[in-house]
Amino acid sequence: MIERGHHDMGGLPAGKVKRAEHDYAEWERRVDALAVLMGGKGVTVDERRRHIEALPPEAYDKLSYYERWIVALTQALLQRGIITTGELARKMTQVERRG
Amino acid sequence: MKDQGKYQALTYYQLMEVSLRELLVEKGLVTEQQVAATVEDMRRRTPERGARVVAHAWTHHEYKARLLEDGTRACEELGLDVPALKLVVVENTPQVHNVIVCTLCSCYPRMLLGIPPDWYKSRNYRSRMVREPRAVLAEFGLKIPRQTRIRVHDSTADMRYLVLPMRPAGTRGWSEERLAALVTRDSMIGVALAKQPRSK
Repeated sequence: MIERGHHDMGGLPAGKVKRAEHDYAEWERRVDALAVLMGGKGVTVDERRRHIEALPPEAYDKLSYYERWIVALTQALLQRGIITTGELARKMTQVERRG
Repeated sequence: MKDQGKYQALTYYQLMEVSLRELLVEKGLVTEQQVAATVEDMRRRTPERGARVVAHAWTHHEYKARLLEDGTRACEELGLDVPALKLVVVENTPQVHNVIVCTLCSCYPRMLLGIPPDWYKSRNYRSRMVREPRAVLAEFGLKIPRQTRIRVHDSTADMRYLVLPMRPAGTRGWSEERLAALVTRDSMIGVALAKQPRSK
C-alpha cells in the first residue's frame, strides 16, 4: 500500500485548533496575485499544489502558507521552462544587493 | 506582520517573490499594474459577499432553491463571479449542521469569503475536523445538539462549499441588508451560527 503523503492529514490525531488569524502582509497578497495571474497563463492550481505536496515534510511544516506558495509557483515556472534557475539566481542576487 | 520596510532585510521567500515578479514583468507575462489590481480585487472579496448571498436566500425562497441547486449560477445571478469552479451550497437545518474543511490543502470559497483564516489552513483543523467535528466545533464555542447530525464537507480545488446558516429567530420582516449583518464568515464555514438579533 502506498503511504499517505505528508499533506494528506485528514483524520490524523492533532492538537487543539489555535484560532489564529493574521492580516496578510503585502508580499503575501502579491504571491496570491501572481498565482492568480499565472493561473490565467495556464499554470494550474493542481500544478502548484503538486509542488507544495512535493516539499519535504520538514519544509512543509516549517514554511508559512505563502512561503509554500511562492516556492511552489517558482517550481512550476521552472519546470515549465518559463524561467530558468540561472535567471532566478541572478535576479535574487541583484534584488538582495539593491536591498 | 507588516510589509517589510526598505531598510529591513527581506526574508528569503520575500526575496523570491520580488525576484519572480520582476522576472515575469521583464518577460512580459505580467505587469506591476496587473499585480496591484489583482491584490486589490482580492482585498475586495470579503465575507460580506457571502453574507449578501445568504441574506438573499433567506428572503427569497425561489432564489434559495436555485442556490442549493447550482451555487455557481445563483451567485452569478447576483453579479458575483465564481471563476471556473463548482460551488456547492449546503443548508443548515435543525436536523443537519454542515461544516467545511480542506484536508489536503486550503480550498475555500474565496470568491465569497476572501482569503481563508490561518486556522482553516492549520494542521489541527484539517486533521481533526473530519474525525471529531463535534469536539472541534466545541473548541470554537459551538455546541451542536446530540440529535443534530453533523456533515463535514472536504473541499477540492474544483469544488468548493459554502454553508447556508439557519436564519435566526426574531428576524421576521427584516431587510436583506439588516439580515446580512448577522451573517459572519465563521457561520458560512460552519464553525459558528449566524449572530442572534440581540447579540453584539
